[in-house]
Amino acid sequence: MTLKNITLILLSIFTISSFSSAKDITLLNVSYDPTRELYQELNAAFAKQWQEKTGQKMKINQSHGGSGKQARSVIDGLEADVVTLALAYDIDAIAEKANLLSKNWQSKLPDNSSPYTSTIVFLVRKGNPKNIKDWDDLIKPGVLVITPNPKTSGGARWNYLAAWGYALKNHGTNSDANQSAKEFVTKLYKNVPVLDSGARGSLTTFVQREIGDVFLSWENEAFLAVNELGKGKFEIIVPSASILAEPPVAIVDKVVDRRGTRAAAQAYLEFLYTEQGQEIAAKNYYRPRLKMIAEKYAGQFTETKLFTIDEVFGGWQNAQKTHFTDGGVFDQIYQVGK
Amino acid sequence: MNALPHTLKKHSILPGFGLSLGYTLLYLSLIVLIPLAAVFISAATLTREQFVTTVTAPRVLASYRLTFGASLVAAMINVVFGLLVAWVLVRYRLPGKRFIDALIDLPFALPTAVAGIALTAVYAQTGLIGGLLSKIGIKAAFTPLGIIIALTFIGLPFVVRTVQPVLQDLSKETEEAAASLGASRLQTFRKVILPEVAPALLTGFALAFARAIGEYGSVIFIAGNMPMKTEITPLLIITKLEQYDYAGATAIAVVMLVSSFVLLLIINILQKWAARTDNR
Repeated sequence: MTLKNITLILLSIFTISSFSSAKDITLLNVSYDPTRELYQELNAAFAKQWQEKTGQKMKINQSHGGSGKQARSVIDGLEADVVTLALAYDIDAIAEKANLLSKNWQSKLPDNSSPYTSTIVFLVRKGNPKNIKDWDDLIKPGVLVITPNPKTSGGARWNYLAAWGYALKNHGTNSDANQSAKEFVTKLYKNVPVLDSGARGSLTTFVQREIGDVFLSWENEAFLAVNELGKGKFEIIVPSASILAEPPVAIVDKVVDRRGTRAAAQAYLEFLYTEQGQEIAAKNYYRPRLKMIAEKYAGQFTETKLFTIDEVFGGWQNAQKTHFTDGGVFDQIYQVGK
Repeated sequence: MNALPHTLKKHSILPGFGLSLGYTLLYLSLIVLIPLAAVFISAATLTREQFVTTVTAPRVLASYRLTFGASLVAAMINVVFGLLVAWVLVRYRLPGKRFIDALIDLPFALPTAVAGIALTAVYAQTGLIGGLLSKIGIKAAFTPLGIIIALTFIGLPFVVRTVQPVLQDLSKETEEAAASLGASRLQTFRKVILPEVAPALLTGFALAFARAIGEYGSVIFIAGNMPMKTEITPLLIITKLEQYDYAGATAIAVVMLVSSFVLLLIINILQKWAARTDNR
């Protein structure tokens, strides 16, 4: 457990004991790394709305870190009212290991409990010197691909699955589709010179160390890199097909019932689906679900064929078991290969 | 030495023995023993067979070699250069000595992740030193060499800080006496100085080595983390945790714990031995 989490637990204990009788209300949103800016904006907007409606002062604390690490903190007792993580698998783990919410949590909110989506795109250097257009260009010899280790990074699992899904559709004949997808992904990871443990580490490798020709990235992170990290130094390439990444949100039932914050937590998550919430998501480069907002921001996002993890892999549990457990396909890539 | 059992049987001359021993035991249990016991208990949920397959998987074996090997090399580098630094700081007057002295402690104080990022920036091919090294065909960052560099960095203060007080106590007169009796500089070093500082050097070595084995933050950025090549054991533990495989993670932790403990024990015995031969 990180010191930050310990402090947060202490803080939350402190706030519960000192404020439960007062009118103020606090929520703890345990989220993953790149959502920091998004939730800062959302929290401010929601707190304002909540106070107008109920007269109650709302303070939302945020905790950010690797998705899996955050889930483990909640399992170990971090009192999160809501979790907003990178993949459903991590919330499944909270339901399974700690029984803090019911196993069918994902059906409780619309759109698979994912108010906003993203996808995996390529970030290349200015002028695209290696002329990278699509997934096929990533397995060419001499192209260096930067992506974190899927075994330690939630985002990297989306990258891996996006490549696999593409290969399955474009290289597989029916009989040996999985085999050719495996060959494709093996070749791709042969081009990966460094496997950082998290997405932010990989971004540093690509941007600051100037290693690699292409960085596989969440779309929202790619926008941030282009607009803020190195203006005019990078370009976004959207491949012909990619995965629809659905970062899910959920109420942690046991915690909100104990703390008496269910109504507020429910309203908070529902706020993400409102026009205002969706617009903030879109402004932070997440693809909104709400049609009206999606149309308004259509110019921002390049259209491409998006497949879901349920369609191609039969859900996170299956994908995790086949690809990322010990001895799974990802391990085989490295153990057979050399 | 011989008087010790005698005094123990009677009442100890020093006051508060019972209270302080009780406190020591409680404190050690709370801070060290109970958390470590939890590791063993969690690992015990595996069957013997599962345990063995987990801790002897090829990837895990490769990581032991790297972690223990790189830690050993780094600690040895620190013994040589740490002694040198301590020597300079103790024996010579130089401008800005206080400043240099304070620099030594920085690896203690710096968050390891910051150290890792800084080292990577310097030793990557685009970095200051990494660029020079790559011209002569040496890749530092993202290779085992990079790991050794990071571990040397974090281990330095341990050697300097353990050797420094001993050197301070070592009077200049002894060296001068050795010189006036006709000893060469090398002889003075080997026969006069080294025996005195050897126990402290060994302690410093043990501390630096132990710290390096468990180090995660600073290494993870510079290592490159390629399976079978540059994956350190702590990373594999994190990897297991990321899959919610608590038992597997603690199984590897147990192996590290036991081997570190055995190594430290050996070093402790060596140290006693060195101190004894020194007293003769």
